[in-house]
Amino acid sequence: MTSSLLSGNEAIARGAWEAGVKVGVGYPGTPSTETLQYFSALPGVYAEWTPNEKVALEVAAGVSMAGGRVLVTMKHVGLNVAADPLFTLAYTGVRGGLVILVADDPGMHSSQNEQDSRNYAAFARVLMLEPSDSAEALEFTKQAFELSEAHDMPVLIRSTVRISHAKSQVVIGERVEDAPLVPYATDPAKWVMMPAMAKVRRIDLDRRIEAVRSFANTTPLNRAEYRDSSIGIVCSGVCYEHVREAAPELSTLKLGLTFPLPEILLRDFASKVDTLYVAEEADSYLERSLKVMGIEVTHLGLSPSGEISPGSIRTALGYPECELRESESGLPPRPPLMCPGCPHRPVFDALRKARAVVTGDIGCYTLGALRPLTAMDSCVDMGASIGMAHGASLVESITQRPIVAVIGDSTFAHSGVTGLMNTVYNGGTGTVLILDNRITAMTGHQGNPLNGITIQKRPSREVDLESLVRALGVPRVRVENPHNLAVVKRALDEEISADELSVIIFRAPCALLVRDKGDPYGVDEDLCTKCGACIKLGCPAIGKDQLTSRAVIDVSLCVGCAQCVQVCKYDAIVHSGPGCDFKGADLW
Amino acid sequence: MSVTTVMLCGVGGQGTILAADVLAKVAAAHGYAVKLSEVHGMSQRGGSVDTVVKFGVEVHSPVTDPGMVDHLVAFESIEAMRRIHYVKPNGRLLVNPTAIQPLPVLTGDLAAPTGLNAILAEEGAIFIDADELACEAGSPKSANVVLMGALSVGLEFDRELWESVIADRVPPKTVDSNLRAFELGRQDCQRGECAR
Repeated sequence: MTSSLLSGNEAIARGAWEAGVKVGVGYPGTPSTETLQYFSALPGVYAEWTPNEKVALEVAAGVSMAGGRVLVTMKHVGLNVAADPLFTLAYTGVRGGLVILVADDPGMHSSQNEQDSRNYAAFARVLMLEPSDSAEALEFTKQAFELSEAHDMPVLIRSTVRISHAKSQVVIGERVEDAPLVPYATDPAKWVMMPAMAKVRRIDLDRRIEAVRSFANTTPLNRAEYRDSSIGIVCSGVCYEHVREAAPELSTLKLGLTFPLPEILLRDFASKVDTLYVAEEADSYLERSLKVMGIEVTHLGLSPSGEISPGSIRTALGYPECELRESESGLPPRPPLMCPGCPHRPVFDALRKARAVVTGDIGCYTLGALRPLTAMDSCVDMGASIGMAHGASLVESITQRPIVAVIGDSTFAHSGVTGLMNTVYNGGTGTVLILDNRITAMTGHQGNPLNGITIQKRPSREVDLESLVRALGVPRVRVENPHNLAVVKRALDEEISADELSVIIFRAPCALLVRDKGDPYGVDEDLCTKCGACIKLGCPAIGKDQLTSRAVIDVSLCVGCAQCVQVCKYDAIVHSGPGCDFKGADLW
Repeated sequence: MSVTTVMLCGVGGQGTILAADVLAKVAAAHGYAVKLSEVHGMSQRGGSVDTVVKFGVEVHSPVTDPGMVDHLVAFESIEAMRRIHYVKPNGRLLVNPTAIQPLPVLTGDLAAPTGLNAILAEEGAIFIDADELACEAGSPKSANVVLMGALSVGLEFDRELWESVIADRVPPKTVDSNLRAFELGRQDCQRGECAR
């Protein structure tokens, strides 16, 4: 028995591996991404990134139908995309165990919403397990495969950012090698969900869920811990750990299985404590469920949105506040920003100058919405930019301004293609910019169909993006270098003024992929006129000197991309010396 | 039941995550239960970041709250100030006294905060010039390990344990410079602690 410090994501991957899983599939999304990456590096497995979560779950459905165990990984909003197969897979059930990691993001550290995936388990009616630390993440995942096969249904494992990206000790075990495969046999009554068969499976789903309901009341996944009986708190996931730290003296009902809920156990726990509370974050799934059961529960008064913590639980319970140092208000915020040398920057600079209505999308380039670039009107969901641009163009009051959709390479592969097909099909116009930086950047550099890099570095074929867009029927398609500002402006001007639908593919690798940095630039103080043109690019290497108002370049951050050189009308931005002089003055 | 809470904060890209990982591994190798919590994703793109490491005989929650941090290791002054209320009144405050101006300041939208290091000094901060010491150690990227050296002075773990974890965790070519960085951080902190 070896103890290792693993993140929740790594523990889930390890648990799947120990359960003998040979296939893992998913789409990157914070906070789920590392799960499949870790799994893919374990021995004896096959892993693949798919273009989106729906495809991932469908691939997994095929593995399961053929009898293999399979792990699927995605973030919470990815489950929206995969919801279509999920709901019907509840009907079909599984052959090989099918386990889906869905990683929620309460507090929206890296997401556009904070939906609670427990509602999906109840809605689709599939089991949901919620580990509260890495050790449980590993054990629950192993058990999830057993449960999936025993109860003939997909199992969701819900993680949150404080599980996925928290590390704690786990005891790692051995892999179950060569779990006996269920021999394949055609079974249309189970797998062909046309109405006649689906009606039967619908009834059967109720039967399967009922079987788990009784299991839920007795499984050690759910655990009543009786301490002081004046207060009992129902909780799951990391919220259990917060409660234990906040109020170690109180009784808890820790739920590891949050669908279906253990009604008998809940009633029993409620009857043994004087006041019953629920501690949960971002949604009130458990509290609502208790109320539906008719169990009396007192609202604890935690924030209805965002994360909770031991401190917020103590405050809600009315415990005395601890002594605090005075906090400093009025500090400038530090929003995330595009890296120095980012190829997205000139595109947004040009879009702002063109006064375009910009429908944006999900990726690093969403940062183009922030000052000083401020060149984005919307960001809703993966692929929304293209449909929204088309929709906006149908409203006359907006058509005085150019309408431009902006989408990244991976996001285009995920959900942009169908949107573009729609615009072509319905004779729409406007301009779509595909920012092809050769990688899925925001989630930490994963491969995708448009760069042909696979997670296990197997040989692949890169989708020819230009040909794909042409094949969809887009009349005007061009590929341009975004680092050349004159080229960006000309391309944008020409395509915006064209009457037909156009696509510009701005292709240049993510700045973090460029290993050979150029020599850094500096500002010639005599030539700088304080016009601020370079500062409006929003490069973190360029700032306004607080005293002189001249531009200054931090040579340690500058990567020499020369974007700023092109906006300076006074030739004040020139090559400076080397970026780091730590070896002493000899270099000079 | 006592738990020690360390918060590492800075600007995305400064190496807080690796430093936290080193600390967590040291505490685990020492025999403690450990939890580490960090946030990946969008905030890593130059945003304000923090990582929390908690260790003790039993650790439940991976996150912390204002007034609960025993050791704050700040890789940057503005980020130190942003989290000052997290530090216990008798907690320890290690600060790399460099200022990386946030974009709203760089663009001239907001004024640069002034006098932060004076306030931090009043709050009892020990300043570790990690960037300079890292250069002295031979690798400007080892500022995070300099700060771990400084942190190690106030923690109970054996120096050899720190060194073996660092040697194991950093890229092989940088082991020597990182061990030098660790030593320089230790020495500098000892001077700082003595000066108080």
